[in-house]
Amino acid sequence: MTSVTRLALALLALALALGVLGLAAGAQGLGLDWAADGALIADIRAPRTLGAFGVGALLGLAGAIAQGLFRNPLADPYLLGTAAGAGLGVVLVLAAGGMVGARFGVAALALQVGLVSAAFAGAVLGMLLTLALARGAGRPMVLLLAGVVVGVLLTALAELVLLFSPEALRGKQVFMLGGTGFLGWSSVATITVVLALALPLSMLLARVLDALVLGEASAASLGLPLPRLRLVLLLLMALATGCAVAQAGLVAFVGLVAPHLVRRWVTVAHGPLLVLSAATGGVLLLAADVVARVVIAPQELPVGLLTALLGGAFLLVLLRRAGATA
Amino acid sequence: MIARRVMRAALRVLSMLPMLSVLCTLLPAQAAPSASNAAPPSIRFVDDRGRNIVLAAPPARIVSLLPSLTETVCELGACDRLVGTDRFSNWPAAVRALPKLGGLEDAQVERIVALKPDLVLVANAPRLIERLEGLGVPVAMLIPDTFDDARRVAAVVAGALGDAAAGERLWQRTEARIAAAASRVPRALRGQRVYLEVASAPYAAGEASFVGAVLARLGLVNIVPASLGPFPRLNPEFVLRAQPDMIIATEGAVAEMPGRAGFGSLRALREGRACGIAPEPWDSLVRSGPRLADAAEVIVRCLERMAATAAR
Repeated sequence: MTSVTRLALALLALALALGVLGLAAGAQGLGLDWAADGALIADIRAPRTLGAFGVGALLGLAGAIAQGLFRNPLADPYLLGTAAGAGLGVVLVLAAGGMVGARFGVAALALQVGLVSAAFAGAVLGMLLTLALARGAGRPMVLLLAGVVVGVLLTALAELVLLFSPEALRGKQVFMLGGTGFLGWSSVATITVVLALALPLSMLLARVLDALVLGEASAASLGLPLPRLRLVLLLLMALATGCAVAQAGLVAFVGLVAPHLVRRWVTVAHGPLLVLSAATGGVLLLAADVVARVVIAPQELPVGLLTALLGGAFLLVLLRRAGATA
Repeated sequence: MIARRVMRAALRVLSMLPMLSVLCTLLPAQAAPSASNAAPPSIRFVDDRGRNIVLAAPPARIVSLLPSLTETVCELGACDRLVGTDRFSNWPAAVRALPKLGGLEDAQVERIVALKPDLVLVANAPRLIERLEGLGVPVAMLIPDTFDDARRVAAVVAGALGDAAAGERLWQRTEARIAAAASRVPRALRGQRVYLEVASAPYAAGEASFVGAVLARLGLVNIVPASLGPFPRLNPEFVLRAQPDMIIATEGAVAEMPGRAGFGSLRALREGRACGIAPEPWDSLVRSGPRLADAAEVIVRCLERMAATAAR
């Protein structure tokens, strides 16, 4: 068995084990009482567990694409204005549904549009704004700078809206920390559709990422139309990130850490790396979600808090190891 | 070659997505599952979304996720029907023993559903409402923003509990108590200009807010006019220029106010005409419900103390 197959099987086994734990993790800690809690398990815990895995997979995929495109181990899916755009969308809907919105008569529209659509639209529009500012995906450095600019701009706009609608502040804070509490079967369906779309398409374009490892000039000399292919990959990244953020809020570090973990365990080309990153991201988020539900039961921790703590610790270890061997 | 074909296909698919997502947002929200059609429904009311809520019987297990809605239910005499509240509901004392189900934005869906409620009362929490209705739980969205809204919400909650007239009776009692408190306002302090600070930054309660309406009924003038909105975040200069005759804030805020830049020049602070309200009574000032009568009484007690100190 190659190491890749071993890793894939290990991830599958972990996912199944965590899936069972996810079905057992409820308001009273861990407990799998099918007779009493059958409806709760089927209606609430099952979609939540599957949704957590799906969101983690989307973030892992987006993170692997980001790190491959920018050839930077610190790249994460929220780089190019997606996080700030989603935050702005959420704040606009929350504010429109609140007191200020009632004065302007947009409250009903806000309810119609909903938080999920607004966050998704915001994330995608944030990325499109970055691409427009950088005039296409031709130059990575310009793209990164444009992403920073768009991020700062959209965050400032969100703060401006919050100034006039402070009641939206709590909702925004919950969004920033992330959580899987509202994932139902329809959310799972949406996440599955997006994953089924984004993963195969990205894998087909994985050779672009492989070529980029050799450097810009070498990749271009191989005859690939780099700017257009990078654009498609970025749009796929926006799609995956937008869906993940819309459903579960801004979950930190999963997209950053998943590709790192895969590269530590195996050495693969980007095709398998994308799939393994998605699987690792799913396992990571599911594990964090189970812990978040159980550790202070009956209360819950926001899952983004846990991933930030664990991801931060992981990066610290990584840096110290790199410092020790350097 | 393959890459080019894939790229074209991908671009085609991706170009459709913005259109699809816009179309999805325009689709109407799914209707909540209706109650059984066997027996004639005995409870019908309309919540703040304009949704008709139909229940087969008066709800016996109620979950309330907003403190003012909890207080309204208890003031209407249905406190024993509450099975769960949000983490901020703390009045009356009986409510503190109930399971706390999180806030509005991070309510724990599983625990709410496990309590098997007949009716869940929430304020503005779109994702929570959608999830609960998807799980078949009847949800009523009620937003008591202003003083008049609080009166309307009390009537709706009374209707939901099965006795529509009780809401109006409750509000008449509330207004009577506020009027009684107004009559006790010391003559020397009537018509005085007041600054009510609800949060540091500073956020003030204006004429348009629910507590501002209580102040108006007490015969006090608010330095923050209705045109600025209910809870504007003010430039501190505004307060300093207005030189209010009295200040109402939490105990902590009143204690640290003299230390703020420029606030030393406020005559009201120097002459001790500031009401520092303790945390428990403060809750009644910031919740838009029947306890606004308590708020009026709290404020008037402070005014009486102020007049007594001034007289000495």
